[in-house]
Amino acid sequence: MATAISVDGLGKQYRLGQAQGANMLREALVQLARSPLKKKEATGRGSIWALRDVSFEVRPGEVVGIVGRNGAGKSTLLKILSRITRPTSGSASVCGRVASLLEVGTGFHEELTGRENVYLSGCLLGMPKKRIDARLDAILAFAEVERFIDTPIKHYSSGMRLRLGFAVAAHLESDILLVDEVLAVGDGEFQRKCLQAMGELHSTGRTVLFVSHNLAAVESLCSRAIWINGGRLCADGAPTEVIRSYMATFAGADDGTTDLQAIPDRQGSGDIRFTKIEFLDADGREPALVRCGDSFVVRLSFVAAREVVEPIFGLELHTSLGTMVAQVHTYNSGFDIPALRAGAGHIDLRIDDLNLLPGRYSVSIFAANYGHIYHDVLQHCAALDVQPSTRYGLLRGITKNPIVALACRWRLSVD
Amino acid sequence: MSAEVSMTAAIARESPSSARPEFKISGAPTLAESARELWSYRELLFFLAWRDVTIRYRQTLLGAAWAVLQPLATMAVFTVLFGRVIKVPTGGIPTPLFYLSALLPWIYFSTTLTTAGNSLLVNAELLRKVYFPRVILPASGALIGLVDLAIGALILVAMTAWYGLLGWRMLLWIPLTALLWLFAAGVGAFLAAFAVKYRDVKHAIPFVVQIWFFLTPIIYPASAVPRKFATLALLNPLGGLIEAFRAATTPSSPVSWGPLGTSAGLTLLVVGVSFAYFRRAEGRFTDIV
Repeated sequence: MATAISVDGLGKQYRLGQAQGANMLREALVQLARSPLKKKEATGRGSIWALRDVSFEVRPGEVVGIVGRNGAGKSTLLKILSRITRPTSGSASVCGRVASLLEVGTGFHEELTGRENVYLSGCLLGMPKKRIDARLDAILAFAEVERFIDTPIKHYSSGMRLRLGFAVAAHLESDILLVDEVLAVGDGEFQRKCLQAMGELHSTGRTVLFVSHNLAAVESLCSRAIWINGGRLCADGAPTEVIRSYMATFAGADDGTTDLQAIPDRQGSGDIRFTKIEFLDADGREPALVRCGDSFVVRLSFVAAREVVEPIFGLELHTSLGTMVAQVHTYNSGFDIPALRAGAGHIDLRIDDLNLLPGRYSVSIFAANYGHIYHDVLQHCAALDVQPSTRYGLLRGITKNPIVALACRWRLSVD
Repeated sequence: MSAEVSMTAAIARESPSSARPEFKISGAPTLAESARELWSYRELLFFLAWRDVTIRYRQTLLGAAWAVLQPLATMAVFTVLFGRVIKVPTGGIPTPLFYLSALLPWIYFSTTLTTAGNSLLVNAELLRKVYFPRVILPASGALIGLVDLAIGALILVAMTAWYGLLGWRMLLWIPLTALLWLFAAGVGAFLAAFAVKYRDVKHAIPFVVQIWFFLTPIIYPASAVPRKFATLALLNPLGGLIEAFRAATTPSSPVSWGPLGTSAGLTLLVVGVSFAYFRRAEGRFTDIV
């Protein structure tokens, strides 16, 4: 038994258009009446390959991270391997029992109690009832919701719901685990717990395929990484190498502007969509080169499809190895926006005395509402190139890739 | 802290199993694979039905009362309208029993067509996030109405007893219900797959249900169908079935096995065709819903 997962020339083609081939019976009948022998004309909307010619093999016990931009085909790959959708071409074989977690709390229903949801979700994810009976206490303890097991989850906080969902997932029995972006949600504490659970899964010898934008997590948890770009496999190898070459491709912000409209397949409700991100000088007038120690403005242009009450805008910076350097959002800053009218607009984030050492940082942005309701999430959508300056010293002789510059002063006293 | 300890314990216990099913992902699975898989997911069939029943009874204020009210009220109207005013012959069956025994399976069937027919669209989020044999959704949708049917049947038993007509033949309702479920699930699965492809099907379902109501011997006995249409009427599997439900309720008329046998045969045919269509269509559900 050499492989756990073997993927051979896998491809998935989607028809372009609003709904994939959904029609009206009315129209089909009219069509049939007009020209009964002719097949329905292919409308000139074209098609797109979400995944093309992807081949790789995973050995049992490997933990493989899949990285790539939004819409690169990562999720499509997981969906095919989970059998949620069928491939257009190629084939894959999976050896072992598969549990796939494409969301936290699969099948949860508001009206059902915590206990009932554990049974339902567990059953949907392929756990037999008697196993759940045996595990119920452990699951509820892991989720820390013992006191509320008989309360409908509509009364749960979003954190409790996440914990319960992940607790079910963590207690699934499977040889192969397919995980999509589960760690992108939840607070820091919860993420830490998930990561720990993932690490433990690894140590039990299970095969894990793990799609994530959390490059630091991929680097620390995975024994191997695969980079998918434009539906094709771009790199496959040691996580550090793959992540480095992946990060190297981020749009060079030569003129300080990155157009975001072309990014397909976005997450979130779409009530707010980012259209552009710009790095401007401290007055917000001209595009600017950002140097270490500079003050500058990040301008996020967006279109609101409808009125959004109390929106939250945020930005995250990551290093080229995926470590998160900073996260700022309007909620945290106390910059409360009562409501956003429908239409286009922009929000400026002024950053003072940037204390990052020179190098390339990737920028992720999001628009949300309190309680993990996301309108638009763009991971690693732009690059911030921090240029050298002498603001924090001469910067000479710095080794081992530190990230932060400290405003500091030396003083020597000799007795 | 305790949570993390228990997590470790849980993982230690669930070492990878020795049974390692292997499956290949390419085109559609074979019939044998589908059947085997369906069997391994049988628990889910009941879980999903249980979910919907629980939610429905928890949300409706009237709860079980609704299951009783609808057939009883309709029975009362029919008894007055068709029994007293139009005077439809009931073949010796007391008029309320005549209508209730046909209305219960009919109400089950008509609500199931809607529930099962919309089951894929309603559960679209589930289809996108987790794999299971898709046919489970319409099949479990067809189980939900059985709860109401059971409650209604208890009322019918009580009424039959009150008329002094109760007998062991009532037990025939159980196999008849199984056959009715099979037929409803079969038609429902077909409609569900069809409704994914053509979005306006769900608006057409109530219309189909209404026509079907008049084509089925509910407000009239099967014997009232003119002779030249009798063969044609046999093509409606529901006709033989509902007539059998009626015959199994009171001793007035024996079960006519001929039409019932035809219904059973047609049911199997419908289920076969529906399942074949469903399997052909299901590969694209997730891409469409």
